[in-house]
Amino acid sequence: MRRMRPALIVGALLLSSACSNIQPWVKPYERDRLADPIMSWNRDAISSAYLDHIRETREGSRGATGGAGGGCGCN
Amino acid sequence: MSMTPAYRHLTRLAALTALLLVRATSADVLPDDRADLFYSKYSGGGLDITSASVLVRKKFTENFAVEANYFVDKVSGASVDVLSNASVIKDERKQKSGTIEYMHDKTTYSLSYINSTERDYISNTTHASLSQAMFGDLTTLTLGWGRTRDAVGENNGTADKPIIAWLGHAESQSYNVGLSQILTKNLIGGVTLEVITDDGYLANPYRSVRYTDESAKGYSLASQVYPDTRTSTAIQTQAKYYLPWRAAVTGSYRYYHDTWNITGDTYELDYTHPLANIWILEGRLRYYKQGHASFYSDLLPFAGSQNFYARDQDLASAENTTIGAKVTYAFLPDGWKMFKRGTATLDISRINFHYLDFTDIKDYGLPKYQPGAEPLYHFHATVLQIYMSMFF
Repeated sequence: MRRMRPALIVGALLLSSACSNIQPWVKPYERDRLADPIMSWNRDAISSAYLDHIRETREGSRGATGGAGGGCGCN
Repeated sequence: MSMTPAYRHLTRLAALTALLLVRATSADVLPDDRADLFYSKYSGGGLDITSASVLVRKKFTENFAVEANYFVDKVSGASVDVLSNASVIKDERKQKSGTIEYMHDKTTYSLSYINSTERDYISNTTHASLSQAMFGDLTTLTLGWGRTRDAVGENNGTADKPIIAWLGHAESQSYNVGLSQILTKNLIGGVTLEVITDDGYLANPYRSVRYTDESAKGYSLASQVYPDTRTSTAIQTQAKYYLPWRAAVTGSYRYYHDTWNITGDTYELDYTHPLANIWILEGRLRYYKQGHASFYSDLLPFAGSQNFYARDQDLASAENTTIGAKVTYAFLPDGWKMFKRGTATLDISRINFHYLDFTDIKDYGLPKYQPGAEPLYHFHATVLQIYMSMFF
């Protein structure tokens, strides 16, 4: 671990300097299309949660969709 | 370089517009206040579920918001594997949830509590998340953690006179990390990873396993025995592209695997098309396929032939396809009293479920079909949603 410490410090410094040098390649004034409501990931939270709940109670898979609430779906 | 007054004015306007757009596309602004009324009906596979919900979201300051949601499901009927072993069920599920959100600089903190109650199932979930906008708001990183505690029971009485036997508890924890990334002027991408661990009573008490014997049907039913732990991993990638004619197309793929050896693949495609700033039309396709759990069997050779056994249709090899359409109508474009605008939405989906190793023993059997040789089960479901949203 002691041998790795300088490498970790150098790595962290490189990473932080790299992060600070990243410039937005899509400028704020170029984001009008992305700001359109049709580009929202999830326009209707209740509807999405409801559909997720239906799927989770009929399928073996679950997760990575944004949450589906609780309940059994046993019937 | 000198600028004319008119040019300066245009420059200031462009800068102001850009500033507003940054706020609209980054995580450093909380969403609008809104109130939603929701109604839905699910029909298919022997089940009818009518649901209603109300949601209110209110910002108390620019960086603090509260959201409350109440949801009621009314269930009648029962799915085929429940009907094979029980009578028709009537049940009701009530779900209450509350969320508080606090935003500081580029970071949004969220804390939620969800309670879901049925006569024979009580679930309580706490969820916390953190979203951080970075790299000039091109990237939003979200970390989430949730904990759910369930009490699992079985109604041994009737719908009107329930007799609940509490069978056990289950606890699950979820960990998720999500990344949303602006890739070009027209393209956003996202990746979400979620790991969920379960511990406790995980079986469905209303479904049964069947095994071959010398009875008149050629088989008998018995209670299922599940492992008492499960860990699942799901990763979803998605991309949304703004088309040249003001429309959006979204594609996503999710891979799923768990320690019960269920593997799932989900593909979705969505097209959104606004018309004259009043209508938004949306069409979607979804395909899902899964492999069965390692302890799933449609027909065991004899009772207790495995350590764990299940014949729950949700654990069988299966595939389903969904085709859906949604139309949203925007009204009150100039606002009315406290309301800025409103939308009304109609959404209808048709889902075709096909099971690959789960047979229909409710409608088929001896003498025509030997146990295990019954036709595979399939059904169609229709999901109707109607809701209204008011923004203020």
